[in-house]
Amino acid sequence: MRIKCPHCGERSLDEFSYYGDATLRRPEVNDQDANLLAKFTDYVYLRDNPAGQHQELWQHQFGCRAWLVVTRDTNSHLMTEVTAAAQKGEAA
Amino acid sequence: MSDSHPRPRGRLPPEVKISGKIDRTKPQKFRFDGRDYQGFAGDTLASALLAAGVRLVGRSFKYHRPRGILSAGSEEPNALVTLRPQDAHLGRREPNCRATVTELYDGLIAESQNRFPSLRLDFLAVNGWLGRFLTAGFYYKTFMWPASFWEKLYEPMIRRAAGLGRAAQVGDPDDYDKTTRHCDILIIGGGAAGLMAARAAAPSGARIMLVDEDFQLGGSLLAASPTIEGLIDGLEAGAWIAKIESELAGFPEVTILRRSTVFGAYDGGTFGVLERGEDHLPTPPPFTPRQRLWRIVAGRAILASGAIERPLLFGNNDRPGVMLAGAMREYLNRFGVAVGAKILVVGNNDSGVYTALDLAEKGMKIAALVDMRPQLPPLLHQKLKEWGIRVELNARLLDVTGGKSVRAARIATASGDSVKIACDSVAMAGGWSPNVQLTTHLGDKTVWDKTQAAFVAKLSQDGRLASDKLNMAVIGAAKANISLTETLRDAAKQGIESAQALGFKLNHPIQAAMISGGLAMNPSATAEIEKNFLPNGREKGKIFVDYQNDVTSHDIDLAVKEGMVSPEHVKRYTTMGMATDQGKTSAVNGAMLIAAAQGIDVAALGTPAPRPPYTPVALAALAGGQRGKHFKPTRLTPSHAWAVEQNAVLVEAGLWLRGQYFPREGENDWLTTVNREVLTVRHQVGVCDVSTLGKIEVQGRDAAEFLERIYINGWKNLPVGRARYGVMLREDGIVLDDGTAARLGEDQFFVTTTTANAARVMQHMEFCHQVLWPQLDVHMISVTEQWAQYAVAGRHARAVLRPLVDAAYDLADDAFPYMAAAAVTVMGGIEARLYRLSFSGEMAYEIGVPARYGDDFFRQIMAAGAAYGICAYGTEALSVMRIEKGHPAGGELNGICTAGDLGLARMMSSKKDYIGRVMATRPGLMAENRPNLVGLLPLSPGQRLKAGAHLVAQGKTMIAEHDEGYITSVAFSPNLGHWIGLGYVNNGRNRQGEAIAAVDYMRGETYPVEITSPVFFDPDGARLRGNYD
Repeated sequence: MRIKCPHCGERSLDEFSYYGDATLRRPEVNDQDANLLAKFTDYVYLRDNPAGQHQELWQHQFGCRAWLVVTRDTNSHLMTEVTAAAQKGEAA
Repeated sequence: MSDSHPRPRGRLPPEVKISGKIDRTKPQKFRFDGRDYQGFAGDTLASALLAAGVRLVGRSFKYHRPRGILSAGSEEPNALVTLRPQDAHLGRREPNCRATVTELYDGLIAESQNRFPSLRLDFLAVNGWLGRFLTAGFYYKTFMWPASFWEKLYEPMIRRAAGLGRAAQVGDPDDYDKTTRHCDILIIGGGAAGLMAARAAAPSGARIMLVDEDFQLGGSLLAASPTIEGLIDGLEAGAWIAKIESELAGFPEVTILRRSTVFGAYDGGTFGVLERGEDHLPTPPPFTPRQRLWRIVAGRAILASGAIERPLLFGNNDRPGVMLAGAMREYLNRFGVAVGAKILVVGNNDSGVYTALDLAEKGMKIAALVDMRPQLPPLLHQKLKEWGIRVELNARLLDVTGGKSVRAARIATASGDSVKIACDSVAMAGGWSPNVQLTTHLGDKTVWDKTQAAFVAKLSQDGRLASDKLNMAVIGAAKANISLTETLRDAAKQGIESAQALGFKLNHPIQAAMISGGLAMNPSATAEIEKNFLPNGREKGKIFVDYQNDVTSHDIDLAVKEGMVSPEHVKRYTTMGMATDQGKTSAVNGAMLIAAAQGIDVAALGTPAPRPPYTPVALAALAGGQRGKHFKPTRLTPSHAWAVEQNAVLVEAGLWLRGQYFPREGENDWLTTVNREVLTVRHQVGVCDVSTLGKIEVQGRDAAEFLERIYINGWKNLPVGRARYGVMLREDGIVLDDGTAARLGEDQFFVTTTTANAARVMQHMEFCHQVLWPQLDVHMISVTEQWAQYAVAGRHARAVLRPLVDAAYDLADDAFPYMAAAAVTVMGGIEARLYRLSFSGEMAYEIGVPARYGDDFFRQIMAAGAAYGICAYGTEALSVMRIEKGHPAGGELNGICTAGDLGLARMMSSKKDYIGRVMATRPGLMAENRPNLVGLLPLSPGQRLKAGAHLVAQGKTMIAEHDEGYITSVAFSPNLGHWIGLGYVNNGRNRQGEAIAAVDYMRGETYPVEITSPVFFDPDGARLRGNYD
């Protein structure tokens, strides 16, 4: 199985390590927010487990060390899109 | 015509013409259960045993029923033997090997399993009489009373009785190898279909791998005879196989793997293949792996794995002598073995007829052909008449009698009468199930095909799997019960199409091979199998569905009665399909029984997916060369060579080898050496290699801002030229790591981590930067390997370093105070870094030089320190001193402690957000009664403390509710003269001076300790600042 790293091209899965859900956003820290702790608890512990398209973080650990956002189907394991997380973040 | 000279059981004389793959010029001696026999090269252990007249080869799993050889292939559930028992002491004994796929070699020694004291007389056969109490799920209903007996008697008893073979008790001595290969087309199976597909695709130049689990190619063609199957391109099957093999050898891009099983299908066109390259030799030649694990990545796969014959359901269908009909033909035609003297053939399709005719042609006596169908194809019926074979139509086999061997069979004729027929063997032709286990490994389900009474792969029009996970075509008997003519045509077509689909050209695609003659022109019809299939209630004796796990039709009825409706539940409740054969010979029979018990259609039920591996894979093969010291790389410190010269005792710290202690002449135990090292550092000076700690360069305009967001404490106000201790949390508020970071420039920080967390912290930082804050102008890189780093500690540390650090750098106390950090040069211009840090509590420096100078520089330090009595100190002494100073390390950073627990709450900045800040405010993490880091003293002076002991209030029993903490680290302090420890105690900081009990169940000790401050030595830190009085 291979992942197409945007910097390094198609590389064996062995070179990557899986992290988890890429759609999570670290809550904005506003100490006036009474729900801040609840938001952080969800951020740290709650996860969806979709059957189907999933955006997730992988790191090209034994290559360029880039963190990548991968779109993968959790049923067929087919990966359709790979972008560098840093690029995605800057665009956001 | 057939009765004149009926053949006895055993090897056919050479005059009998068979396609035969045995070499009678090469006899092979072997031993089974202590008796010596002889076979020939080309035999399997099973064929050689059958040739010698041996039928009893094992005892079944649960009931210990006598079992014989059922099949001629890897689907074998009964003939499981232990190979090389004589080499058990070498670690080569291998249990649970199927005798049907074990290649015979000269000197092979094998033993039967699961019997005591012998195969013929097995005491545990009494289990058969207890059958009523050992039905499916018996362990949920029995062995319950009295409750205490479970742990003492029942469980050990069941455990001893469970399993089949015994595992080796010694490590595997042989070499194993792993390799990855990319190919365009992977053809799984080297029978008629696989060979034809390979031959058709080969001229295109595509990289083709043809993989077969047998040591001979040919698949079911090895069981064929010209009378039945005809000729292929005018050649007998054996000759055609040899021709194709030699033609394939002429194509350089074609690789053929024999003795290799494709055991699993994985993501991305990846397949696992186990090549048993040297198992057929008594000992692998030197420098040759016994087995090789291939990871094959294929552009496209073609499944040509054939079909597996189904047993029939009748009473005592597991007796030695009951065999699959196709297997009988293989023993006959490939190995020249008559498996019985008087054979009853029973079937529901034409395969039964072929078997009867084939055996009769070679002179074997057929007791009768019992066919469940109302009529036969006229040509076949005619042939049966010519051979004088008794035919019973619309009949069925009820049961067989005989304990260790079949003696007679009882049939129900068309009129319903039961008739007894003397025979010593039964050939079962229950129909063929396409062997499509690989197609389910990725989650695709098979579908029920009514006419074949089998679960088949779901295919689209072009013969390819209708799957988005697996790019695979299915051909031959693996696809459907089609004729050999159609198989060859389809295989050639798929081979060509596969090559072309991948972009390879075939200018003159070859024609498929042609069949001429033979009786098996049309696929044999298996009409109305379902109707005839089920037991009719007149059977006597157990009717087996899953042979390997001893599951009977009664078990399935019982499971359904007890509410197991789904086949998944029936599977797990009865263990049907869960053995190492993964239901190869039981899936269909079981599914039909489950459906019938519920009165519903099999198609609606489906069947559980078989799991990889297709056949067992040794763990050693999965490990390959990554064993022992080669499992992971060994990381050596820059001073390693010097340490080895000193005969230092080394310790594994993760992947690193570090000096643990450096014994000198006359020091007879580790404590003596470690005490000496500690006292030398505390009174003179010592040097320790600390290169293993993680080192990270963090640079950029936003470097300080970046560190502020990661650590609990501040960095922006750290002056250039100073270092600071920092703690970082996980986002859930728990401590992740601690270490010092030095500011070497406005935009440059040098961060250190603990050895164990170096990689984790690096990954954490990269995550934070790239995912959370990509807009920050900062870069980071690991430089752990790039810097050799040594701690020089003790009152003479400065004096030792002075001659080594170039004169331009002032090391006086006011110029380079405690916590100073700077880039310097050493030895006349070599770049280096100097930090005045202390883990030991003495006046100390850490000095870093580029790793390539590490060995020489360590020796320079030792030489410069000689006049001061310098010694090298290792991880033990390092540990003693940091415990004396109460510095937390690995034992304390246990993944569940907060900064507050460590006594560092004051370090948590209130002026900024950082990773973990919000979650650290969770009430549970701020509770009053949380475990605090404390020191622990033994109450009796000589008492030795041991880490891991738990702490409970004196007088209270040690149960979970009373547990108040545990001892995390201990050391003998030569400075204090007794043992000391660090640990966590609930609310410990408010319980100083209190006595508490340390309870150590693992070592069986209990002793009182006193809670005290974690800093045992120089609490004011005078020595750090160089104040020695």
